[in-house]
Amino acid sequence: MTDASAQVPTNRVGLTKADYEGSKSTLCPGCGHNAITAAIVQSAYDVGLEPHRVAKLSGIGCSSKTPAYFLKYSHGFNAVHGRMPSIATGVHLANGKLLLIGVSGDGDTASIGLGQFCHLVRRNVPVVYIIENNGVYGLTKGQFSATADIGSTTKSGAINRLMPVDCCALALELGCGFVARSFSGDQKQLRPLLQAAYAHRGTAVVDVISPCVTFADHEGSSKSYAAVKEHDAPLHDIEYVPYFEDIHVDYEPGAVHEVEMPDGSVVLLKKLAQDYDPTDRARALQVIREGAAEDKLITGLLYVDPAQKGFDHELGLVDEPLASLPLERVRPGREVLDEIMASLRTGGS
Amino acid sequence: MKDVVNDFSIQVATVNGSGSQTANTVLMRAIFQMGVPVSGKNLFPSNIAGLPTWFTIRVSRDGYVARRRDSEILVAMNPETAAEDVAGMRPGSMIVLNEAIKVPPVPEDRVVYRVPFAKLVEPITTDVKLRRLVSNIVYVGVVAELLGVDKQEIDRALEAQLGRKKKALDLNRAALQAGYEYARANLPKRAPYRVERLDKTAGLILIDGNSAAAIGALFGGVTVVTWYPITPSSSLVETLIDYLGRYRRDPRTGKATYAVVQAEDEISAIGMVLGAGWAGARAMTSTSGPGLSLMTEFAGYGYYAEIPGVIWDIQRIGPSTGLPTRTSQGDLLFVSQLSHGDTRHVVLLPSSVRDCYEFAQAAFDLAERLQTPVFVLSDLDLGMNNWMSEPFPYPEKPWDRGKVLTAEQLEALGAFDRYRDVDGDGIPYRTLPGTNHPLAAYFTRGSGHDEKARYSERPDDYVRNMDRLARKYDTARALVPKPAVEDHGRKVGLLAYGSTHWAMGEARDQLRAEAGLETDYLLVKALPFGAEVRAFVERHARVYVVEQNRDAQMAALLRLEYPAHAARIRSVLHYDGLPVDARSVSDGVKAQEREGVLVS
Repeated sequence: MTDASAQVPTNRVGLTKADYEGSKSTLCPGCGHNAITAAIVQSAYDVGLEPHRVAKLSGIGCSSKTPAYFLKYSHGFNAVHGRMPSIATGVHLANGKLLLIGVSGDGDTASIGLGQFCHLVRRNVPVVYIIENNGVYGLTKGQFSATADIGSTTKSGAINRLMPVDCCALALELGCGFVARSFSGDQKQLRPLLQAAYAHRGTAVVDVISPCVTFADHEGSSKSYAAVKEHDAPLHDIEYVPYFEDIHVDYEPGAVHEVEMPDGSVVLLKKLAQDYDPTDRARALQVIREGAAEDKLITGLLYVDPAQKGFDHELGLVDEPLASLPLERVRPGREVLDEIMASLRTGGS
Repeated sequence: MKDVVNDFSIQVATVNGSGSQTANTVLMRAIFQMGVPVSGKNLFPSNIAGLPTWFTIRVSRDGYVARRRDSEILVAMNPETAAEDVAGMRPGSMIVLNEAIKVPPVPEDRVVYRVPFAKLVEPITTDVKLRRLVSNIVYVGVVAELLGVDKQEIDRALEAQLGRKKKALDLNRAALQAGYEYARANLPKRAPYRVERLDKTAGLILIDGNSAAAIGALFGGVTVVTWYPITPSSSLVETLIDYLGRYRRDPRTGKATYAVVQAEDEISAIGMVLGAGWAGARAMTSTSGPGLSLMTEFAGYGYYAEIPGVIWDIQRIGPSTGLPTRTSQGDLLFVSQLSHGDTRHVVLLPSSVRDCYEFAQAAFDLAERLQTPVFVLSDLDLGMNNWMSEPFPYPEKPWDRGKVLTAEQLEALGAFDRYRDVDGDGIPYRTLPGTNHPLAAYFTRGSGHDEKARYSERPDDYVRNMDRLARKYDTARALVPKPAVEDHGRKVGLLAYGSTHWAMGEARDQLRAEAGLETDYLLVKALPFGAEVRAFVERHARVYVVEQNRDAQMAALLRLEYPAHAARIRSVLHYDGLPVDARSVSDGVKAQEREGVLVS
């Protein structure tokens, strides 16, 4: 990795920020996705993720190209359209020690991949599942996706009249233990959300509204930079304190919700207009519905249940990665084959 | 009247869901335990209960186990099909008929035994539902008495089936006794069929191909199994789940050294296999035709991005839903190139339960050695019916995990290009996620890539990569299971694969006995073809390719591979959903040989 000379700052695992970058982005200049990439790089550097313990996964689309643009020292898997969740599930089964960062888009998740998304959440496979959500298909030049809002228009003026799929509401309904929404233009909110997501033990859904500068940044689009800035309604200010740092903030009692993650890190949620308890699933759904009715984009940590366990735990797997078990642990002995053969001679079970 | 000993078929016609399976298995196993070769074919409907089902037990002193078109003995327990079942019987046959079933008059030259099943089960239990279930065991008693099947063997087989369920055992024993006694007292032995002890099954096992594959996977070190239920593949994974639960828990912690996931569909099932294979696990899934259709996109991804995985296809009749409970070899062409774009897959073709066991292990070694999805094409006949076999041998070889570089090796090499052909065999090196070395990481993608796994749309990168994949496929020719060849320098060769194999020996005996035609034989066991297949096609004036599909799919692959010899390749096809019988094969060859004589 990059030689960490005295001038270049390094994090707690001895890496520079550049070590968390990837190849140069080929997305349009100004694309929201590039800002999300930057947030991933910064947040991974800040908490000191070890790149070899991370696998980056994606489907197909503009969003799904981005894993090439961050964490160059991590293995990456750019799968087929809408099917990253099944790949993630397989990787998790083979090696439950890996932190999986999945990047998907709104078409990839809410249209072609809706089924796989639902079942990933249902199984609670530990994946930081980032949806780079702009309401349109960018690579095929601006068609609506299933998250386009009613009344939103394409560049050529076509109006969407169909109900949008709300991936956060859906994830909540399916029992997801970490559901957040953010905006690519709000690094201050997005970074701590990602850091908290890295520490979660099950599926962490982070739906990030990420304007498409080329096909959805016009006046009629509900996901343009201007529209999102205007309607963004954060639930709280967020701060993430990793387990290796002390909490140095003074807040008035009752002004802050503290959520302790399984690794000992703490998410501090500072009260804004109203008090919001992120451990109340019903309230989270309600806040999304109310926001939609009032034309507000509710952002922040909608719901968290740090006690949740991942799919590997549910399956009762051994602690070591299945992929690295030696032959003697996965090939039963001769006596077992003898026993099975004897039963087949007589027909007994 | 001369006795017919150990050479006949028994067809049992029952209603699906009426508990006939236990009865059929007990009768078949008892005969098997008497040292007489048997095979059982279950012809069942796509239904849980109520529709007709037939079970055929072939008893063959010569050890022939293929299906026969006709049966000498009929047990007619199903009122709905009885008239047709009885009408299908030939002169000299024996019919055990439920007295309650009315059928048109049967010609004198068939022996009909009428049995009052309802009356016989009355004293056994007052439970109406149980009466219905044990009626089938009564038939076993009747048939055993008439054929001279050893009652101790019947009892042993029954005990093995029911285990320690004492109540069920008592009930079934009483039903057997009722059958024995009724037959002894009321049914004079007019038919010539007899079972007599032989010594041809000592030490053998009886097993279906799906269970054999499950045992193979268990000993092959499978760690990730994904599936979506589909007939006729489900029993493979269900049996595997059973064995894994019993034999693959950590002795210290009781935790599982395997993961099984029932996926939401077959797309997800193969996605999980590829994800797991990419991360270094031995991963497999099992499906049938419709599932493969869904897996198509990922199959091409696995080929192009070079990810190991094992996919079993227990073939049934298509297209579409087709005949979901009937057997076929109709997926061969489709699977051999499963994907859009230029794709050629490694396909293993087990023909026996022993092959199922061994290929289940070999498939993992090949998938990891070649870094590609490996397909194993079984079928409903092989997978779900019971076959005799020598017991399976314990694997003597360690496993082959292929070209995987560790952090230490990366350090020593100082460079790593994921898709570079270092060894000239077309197989590159890979690293697994989690490898702690700055050189380890690479980016897997289904889009165009260069040797360093970077995105590339360059024509030369694409061509170099595709040519290397072709080279890798050539490497596979020498690694896949070799065909079984019987070449005595004859003019005519027969070529088959999969479950069709079992009709071939009998068909060749028929050709020799009835037409004086001596034949050579090759049993293909895998794609790509190796040198033996080429030599066999080159050496024979006529090669009859026998297969169970309409479109002569293996013949088509052979013609593609050996265009200069295309004219030698002829087809004998069987595709009605029933397992192929020897008569269809020998008749098919004879007809074409006669034509050949007339033409030349």
